[in-house]
Amino acid sequence: MKLTLWTYEGPPHVGAMRVATAMEGLHYVLHAPQGDTYADLLFTMIERRGARPPVTYTTFQARDLGADTAGLFKDTVRAAHDRFQPQAMIVGASCTAELIQDDPGGLAETLGLDCPVIPLDLPSYSRKENFGADETFLQIVRHLARPQARTEQVTCNLLGATALGFRHRDDVTEVTRALAAMGIKVNVCAPLNATPADIARMPAAHFNVLLYPETGESAARWLEKTHAQPWTKTIPIGVGATRDFLVEVAALTGLSPRIPEDGLRAPWWSASVDSTYLTGKRVFIFADATHAMAAARIAAEEIGFEVVGLGCFNREFARPMRALAARMGLTALITDDYLEVEAAIAAAGPEMILGTQMERHIGKRLGIPCAVISSPVHVQDFPARYAPQMGFEGANVIFDTWVHPLVMGLEEHLLTMFREDPEFHDAAGASHHGAKAVAPVEASGALPPNPRDISASVKDEVQHWTPEAERELKKIPFFVRPKARRNTEAYAATKGVTAITVETLYEAKAHYAR
Amino acid sequence: MSLDLPTTGCRDVPVLKERGQREVFCGLTGIIWLHRKMPDSFFLVVGSRTCAHLLQAAAGVMIFAEPRFGTAILEEKDLAGLADANVELDREVARLIERRPDIRRLFLVGSCPSEVIKLDLARAAERLNAQHAGRVQVLNYSGSGIETTFTEGEDAALAAMVPALPSTEAAELLLVGALPDVVEDQMVALLTAMGVGPLRLLPARRIGDTAAIGPNTRYALIQPFLGATHSALQRRGASHIQAPFPFGEEGTTAWLKAIATSFGVSDELFEAVTAAPRARARKAVASQTATLTGKSIFFFPDSQLEIPLARFLARECGMRPLEVGTPYLHRELMAPELDLLPQTVLSEGQDVDLQLDRLALAAPDLTVCGLGLANPLESQGFTTKWAIELVFSPVHFYEQAGDLAGLFARPLRRKTLLEGQR
Repeated sequence: MKLTLWTYEGPPHVGAMRVATAMEGLHYVLHAPQGDTYADLLFTMIERRGARPPVTYTTFQARDLGADTAGLFKDTVRAAHDRFQPQAMIVGASCTAELIQDDPGGLAETLGLDCPVIPLDLPSYSRKENFGADETFLQIVRHLARPQARTEQVTCNLLGATALGFRHRDDVTEVTRALAAMGIKVNVCAPLNATPADIARMPAAHFNVLLYPETGESAARWLEKTHAQPWTKTIPIGVGATRDFLVEVAALTGLSPRIPEDGLRAPWWSASVDSTYLTGKRVFIFADATHAMAAARIAAEEIGFEVVGLGCFNREFARPMRALAARMGLTALITDDYLEVEAAIAAAGPEMILGTQMERHIGKRLGIPCAVISSPVHVQDFPARYAPQMGFEGANVIFDTWVHPLVMGLEEHLLTMFREDPEFHDAAGASHHGAKAVAPVEASGALPPNPRDISASVKDEVQHWTPEAERELKKIPFFVRPKARRNTEAYAATKGVTAITVETLYEAKAHYAR
Repeated sequence: MSLDLPTTGCRDVPVLKERGQREVFCGLTGIIWLHRKMPDSFFLVVGSRTCAHLLQAAAGVMIFAEPRFGTAILEEKDLAGLADANVELDREVARLIERRPDIRRLFLVGSCPSEVIKLDLARAAERLNAQHAGRVQVLNYSGSGIETTFTEGEDAALAAMVPALPSTEAAELLLVGALPDVVEDQMVALLTAMGVGPLRLLPARRIGDTAAIGPNTRYALIQPFLGATHSALQRRGASHIQAPFPFGEEGTTAWLKAIATSFGVSDELFEAVTAAPRARARKAVASQTATLTGKSIFFFPDSQLEIPLARFLARECGMRPLEVGTPYLHRELMAPELDLLPQTVLSEGQDVDLQLDRLALAAPDLTVCGLGLANPLESQGFTTKWAIELVFSPVHFYEQAGDLAGLFARPLRRKTLLEGQR
């Protein structure tokens, strides 16, 4: 048993729903108790879909348990089939139905329906949402893909885009455009917008583009093994990664990787002098593995940040994540406990966080700017406007998204210059966040109460700050102050200094100068 | 308003009972508002990742405000041997109590998985009560989907608290149901002005203010979904003051009147206390009725508030209910409401696909439904009011009557505003 407040991922049947909802002409019958329909609103509200997810629930209740839940399941499958007339169905159990041990696959088979019925086996007590999506997509492809000749023209499939995917809608558009510029047509994009009939013709493509390893890698591997389709390993998020991706595609197809970069502005934006202040900004990255690893490369190579923390919540990708972190001189944080992430962020003291919705809230709590780079996300990250992460337009979007939360260069300079002014002192807050400027607390020499109990410190011979040093610390801009405090204390500890003075502060500053 | 409706009274209307797919929340959702009401309590769900995910989806951003609820997620090893699960639970609870020393009351909340594997949370609560005696009171109830629908979670929680209430011989009035603090204060002020009392609340805001109960206790229900709590109170010998529920001017007045009668409040005093707020409520509702009068409305089942709300909208706002769905119809508690509701189709339970077919035929002006249905219906051209807001928002008693009508008028006004856009 594990006490949990927030989960990065839902249960695996939500992953299956993401695949079913992404597709057309497919229907999912889920053996699940009353109440599990809550998951519908993730699709209708967060993704703002205008149709109900193609999912029918058995919604069994307590009184059904003594009776015939298997019969209820069969009736539900038959009714859903008759009502929705799908090209194919998937059937499975949620966590509770897994315990009552009806066999959805076997039960559905006995009905002899006139469409393929694909059973799903999703272990709810050991796996999670991404696994559910990956496994469901794999099973659909395995059951439906048919051997066939390759298309005459060079074509590929796009694998892994689902419902409730972070920017999947626009990534698909952007990658499709980039491939078209190379002369490559998309055969099938799946599961997003694909029908079961489309899945059947996937083997006609020359190769596969794996957009999201979390939700498409198993299918990519199976298609490679069974239908000899190679698949791309580079995820085209960031300018460098997009160029590498195009080179990889060129190697697979013999076509030229050079496509027009006329809409690509991110490199010049990053080179322009206003971006100089971004140099060495300390950034902490935590997200799903694919987006976190892509972000790490962009941060380090394309924007010039210093990556001070890197990790992911999906254990399936712990190995490549650890390898990348090691190359960057870091230890990867692999956890699905947001309290651990919060502690790691507080310890690293970054100037910016790139993460999920949870890290956004952590950032708010710690007063650190944050940009969202991966699921799970709230409704605002399913925007109305075109906002891909992949390809060259994705690079433009990423530059804007990451830089906006930071105080802009000139603004930062002015804030430091005028920080004692009534509008700009620490407690005033940002004007665009609706905060009201309030008069600074310490107008004269009066110091705020020292957070540390000095008398006790002296007794125990532990560190304490002299009032002058504490006052000097206050002059450092608030967003680097915690780090300055920590560095000074660490430095003082190594020197055996217990009373931290203004000199100690500046000696530490010189010591840690980069 | 239109008290001259041609046909009134649904007491004998046959109810359409349906079984099939239900598009409803489970009782765990009640935790979201209950934990706010009882700041010294913690709600520990014993369940699966699905339960945790549900709470997260339902609580939204609230989850980051140091919520006093969480899920002990069952893992594979817990399913292998049940003895193990009890040891695990004890450990997690001990850790939780240590981390949150401000917690005075802990609810172990059963879920579908814990019910199906028959994890005995009642015994676990007893055992933990002994272990943490004097520091924390441990109670248990089920919020599982197989047993409870949405607001029935609050019912189950309150019913679990009743046997633990101390006994008294005092003749007190117990007011039952969780309300937003602001509304609760208005209710207390009205009753106090009539000289009714002493007043006790269930749930109380703090465990120290827990009500006592006995044969001389009279109680009134503020919410319609408290069937199990009603039975538990009866078993403790308390007597029920039957009334319509305090929605709208008429409902609030009838509710107060039932209590006033029971406590021998004179008509003059009742009139003196209620005249001004009644006028205010009527005026506030009137400002919304232009939008609502003559419009038809269709309720999907959700919270058991549907019947009282349909009664308010029909009688005070001039709307025409076409179908009023409720997840569960407690005939005894609902009788005063049914008497007032104009004749309409009543449905209990749900087969969502069939109900959607009926909706298409009825083509109402406004549809009250859950968030899983609202956007899909909007995209088909229906106008919807999402039902959950009616549970979270302050809607009871006089001062909220205008807001309550406003919640239904807003989607219609918006539709008119955006007409040129579509």
